[in-house]
Order: sequence, then C-alpha cells, then structure tokens
Amino acid sequence: MEAVFAILVGLFFAAGIYLMLSRHIIRILLGVVLFGNAVNLLIFTNGRIMREVPPIIAEGLDVPATAVANPLPQALILTAIVISFSFFAFLLVLAYRAYQEIGTDDTDGMRVAEPADDGLPPMGY
Amino acid sequence: MAVQGEVVDKTAAMIAGPVAAADWLVIAPVLLPIVAGAVLLMIRHNIRWHALLALVVHAAMVGTNGLLLQRVLAEGPVSMTMGSWLPPFGISFTADALGAAFSLTASVVALVCCAYSVRDIDAAGRRYGFYPFLMLMMAGVSGAFLTGDMFNLYVWFEVFLISSFGLLILGSEKAQIDGATKYAILNLVGTTLFLIATGYLYGTFGTLNMADLATKAGQIGEAAPLMTLATLYLLAFSMKAAAFPLNFWLPASYHTPPVITGALFGGLLTKVGIYALLRSLVMIFAAERLVLAGVIGWVAVATMLIGALGALAQSDIRRIAGFLVISGVGIMLAGIALGSNGGLSGAIFYALHSMLALSALYLLGGLMRQRGGSFSLHSLSGLYGASPFLAALAFIISLAVAGLPPGSGLWPKVMLVRAALDVGAWQIAAAILLSGFLATIALGRVFILAFWRERAGDKATTAGVMSVSGCCALVVLVLAMLAMGVLPETFIRLSTTAASGLLDASAYVHAVFPVGSGS
Repeated sequence: MEAVFAILVGLFFAAGIYLMLSRHIIRILLGVVLFGNAVNLLIFTNGRIMREVPPIIAEGLDVPATAVANPLPQALILTAIVISFSFFAFLLVLAYRAYQEIGTDDTDGMRVAEPADDGLPPMGY
Repeated sequence: MAVQGEVVDKTAAMIAGPVAAADWLVIAPVLLPIVAGAVLLMIRHNIRWHALLALVVHAAMVGTNGLLLQRVLAEGPVSMTMGSWLPPFGISFTADALGAAFSLTASVVALVCCAYSVRDIDAAGRRYGFYPFLMLMMAGVSGAFLTGDMFNLYVWFEVFLISSFGLLILGSEKAQIDGATKYAILNLVGTTLFLIATGYLYGTFGTLNMADLATKAGQIGEAAPLMTLATLYLLAFSMKAAAFPLNFWLPASYHTPPVITGALFGGLLTKVGIYALLRSLVMIFAAERLVLAGVIGWVAVATMLIGALGALAQSDIRRIAGFLVISGVGIMLAGIALGSNGGLSGAIFYALHSMLALSALYLLGGLMRQRGGSFSLHSLSGLYGASPFLAALAFIISLAVAGLPPGSGLWPKVMLVRAALDVGAWQIAAAILLSGFLATIALGRVFILAFWRERAGDKATTAGVMSVSGCCALVVLVLAMLAMGVLPETFIRLSTTAASGLLDASAYVHAVFPVGSGS
C-alpha cells in the first residue's frame, strides 16, 4: 500500500514541479496546488496506511494491540490543508488582479517592479 | 470509558497542577500581538485607535521580551508546554538565549517602525488593515523565535507569511502586485519544502519536539535519512533567508510597498530564516551540518558578493537596501558554515545588528524621500545643505551597514573573520572583507550623490518636511546601533551564550524534560 502511495506522491511532485516551471502564472498556480497535495499525501503515507483498523487502545492496555495508522500526521495534514487552501485563495485573487493591472499572465512580461531598462546609477556629477 | 468515581492515573502523560505564573512569560510576546491583532480587526473602522493601541502593545512586547531575556540569562532556557500535556506530547514553547535575544531585538525594531508609521500610513492604509497585519506578523515572528516544536515553527512561518502578503500589497499599486506575485509564489514553495522536510522528520523520529529531536538525532544511527532531512531544511530556510541562488524574490518585491513595510521585512523576515537554520542545522542536525559546511560556505560567499554587487548596480535607495539585506544574509550564513563557537556567535551578533541596521537603512530612505522628494539617486541632491541632521544620521547608518567603526556591524565581522582564519577558511574571510568594501562604495555613492551633490535648478520647491515621529524613530535606531558598536562587550557575551546554548543543547533539553524524564 505504501509503495503505491509513494509512486503516486512522486507523480504529484513531478507534475507539480513541471507546471511550476512554466512562464504562465495560471499554470504555476496549478503546479502549486499539485505540489501542496503531494506534500499532504506524503505526510499521510508517513503515518502508516492501514485499512479498517481503528486507532483505539483497548481497556487495560497502554498501547494498541495491533499496528494501527498514526492519527497525528492526519492532524498535521488538516492544518496544512487549511493553510494551503487559504494561500491558494489569496494567490488566485492576486494573480487575477495582476492580470487585470499588468495585462499579462506571462512572467516574462511582468517587469513593472524591476524594469528591464532600469539603467545604471549616475557615474558622477 | 472511565467508570464514574474511578480516578484515572494521568501522571504519565499530563502535568499535574497549574502552570507557574512566571512561565506565562514565555508565550506573552506571542499572545499580546495575537490578541491585539484580533481587537484591531474588530475595531477596524475606528482607525483613530489603531496606531495608539499598536504602539502600546509593541511597548508591552518589548517589556515582556526584556523580562524573558533577563530570566533566560539568569536561569537558563525556560519552557512551557501547552494543554498540560507532558512534552513531547504537548506543543512546547522554549525560550533560550538565542530565541529571547532575537525576539527582543525584533520587537524593538517593530516598536520603532510602528512609531515611524504613525505619520507614514494614511487613513486608507489603516482602513485596509495595516495595523492588524502588523500585529499578526509580529505574532508569527515572535512565535517562530520562541517555539520549541518543528511543526509549530511551520505554522508560525505561515502566520507571518500571510500577514506579510497583506502588508506587501497594501496600496495595490502595479509594482506592488507584480512584486507580491513573485514574493508569494516563491515563499509558498519555500514553506512547502519546509513542510515536506517536517513530514519526513516525523516519519523518521516520531516526534516534532526540538529538544526531543536534538537528543534523538545523535542516537538514531546510520539507517535514518538524516542527510536528506538536513539538506531539505537547508534548502527551505535558505529560500526564506534569500540566500543565493534562491534570492531573486527579494529584490523583486521589497522595494515596492511603503518604506515602513520594507523596513520590517528587510529587518526581520530574513532573520527568521537564519534563526530556523541555526535551530535546525546547528542544534538538531549537528553532524549533518558538518558534511554540508562546504556547500553552505560557498553559498555564503556567493550571497555576500552577489548582494554587494547588486547594490552597486541600483539607483533606487530601497533596492540598494534590498541587495544589502542579501549581502548580510551571506555573512550570517558564513557563521553557520564555520560552525565554531566564534563563528556562530559572530553570526548571531550580526543578525541582531542587521535587524537594527537594515530597518534603519529603509527608514532613512523614507526620510530622504520626504525631504528630497524621490528615492532615485538620479534626482536626489543637496540633502546635506537641506538637512545636516539627516546627513549625520545617514553617515552613521552607512558606517554601521558597511561594517565600519563606530557602527554596530564592525564587531560581528571581526569575530567572523577571526573564526574563519582560525580554521583556514580564507575564502570566507576574504568575501566578508570584500563585500564590506563593496557595500562601503555603494553607500558612499548614495552619500556623495544625494547629500553632497549640489541641488540642480530650483528643486527647492519639491523639498518636503520630515515627519517628527520618523526622525525620532530613526534616532532611536541609530543610538541603539552606536551602543552596539561602542560598547560591544554585552552583545558579544550575549551572542556567545546563545551560540554555546546551540552547540551544547543539554540545557535546552533539560528545560523541556526536567530531571531526566526524557522519553
């Protein structure tokens, strides 16, 4: 089970990084989403994957009788999902606003903050 | 299911009894700005109260951070674990000399910037939430400096990052949105790398508590992928610290928002990256840092020189300051690469100096704009005649940033060069000296062009008046830098204590797991 998930995580990372290498903001954002979900799956896999074994400790015991999935990584994922979701919402608005203001979603054309023809500072006076 | 009347024995996992009142001090510097941020959001429309409340809370943060540092220096690291759980089950907040010193300096810088902002941020900026964002960013920064848990550190990174997005686009000018897009995407990728590393960390160790990790990292043996973890952390935190070749988002964005935001970002945020590197690579993955030392050393050399050369090529004061931030990050990385007590204490001292000096440089740019009407070296001129006071401040700040006496940058550089020569790392010593020389030229040119060059034509009409709060804020920073430069013994002792606490984490571990009850 873990091996399948490991391959899936690898595919997610590959697709996410490939999209992030694009010049277009919208593809970069889709890459960021895939990248974030790859991490969530990675943490999920780290916590052991077990089907239909509830992580409940029976009465009188201190540890579970059989191996169970660790619930803590799943709690970490919930935190990470909330954070990446809010970031993505912000980034979508920001990208749309940038498209409206600058008129392009091509990062090569986004030179407002760093103009290409900035020139050198004065060499003397 | 507990039967009624039966007492469940919880001593194995829970702390009995309430938390000692004095221990609340550890989380006070985080609690204060979070509460203030929430209150400010609730009174979002009563903008009259914003600046006053923010100033009071920042002053209280400086006070609590000062008390915390005093206590840490007197008694050693202090720890508090949330929810009465025993560590490592609960999230620990642990303040040692390093965290408390960084947190105190950060809150001093924030207080000064807050004073500067009283006249600088207009009603629109306040209504769009400048002060709530500022408070929440400070909560994130203090939380990152004081937390003792790796995943919690990630959460604080995200807290200050999302607040910094808000601050960065406040005003919504074209350049700001352009800069913010690059800043947001690259920093999000950086923190995602941090999250990947933390996921593997938990998978490897089964704990996220830093004290627990520091104990277990040396015992876990060869099978664990510790090199992968250390390299991922190096990559993630170098991205946040803007080290070459991951520095391109910084000069693209830090000059676009109001100078006050640039001052806060340039002074504080990159140092959080450096702090996290110190914590993860020096305290937890000490053996792996030794393997990576060569790489970190060359990255440090490249960062120092690229930053200084970039500053030479700019004509906007804020962009010069942005590149000097990068150059300073290289100098701190040099200390991490050396890894000796001398090198680390030099890096820590330099970080404290750099928080003050780079914020001061941005604020100076703001005052020059108020007086001379521009940020550009092409049009600034005659400021020496217009305001000798500003020229004096600019002179001292330039000396401090370039690392010349009597500014605060001299002593940490002396410590670092000595530590580098002690181990024969001549390339690091040479790069520190060369980057200081290049920074002197870059800042000297600002002084020659903006202050000494005679005013061309009748530009006198554009000359404005400097705000009193801005001048007071800058004077406070300059006095602090002079104190650091003229009386360095206190700060050298403080940073040496902090460095020893990192190299030998036993006091830190003992604060979290008292009387050998470690898991």
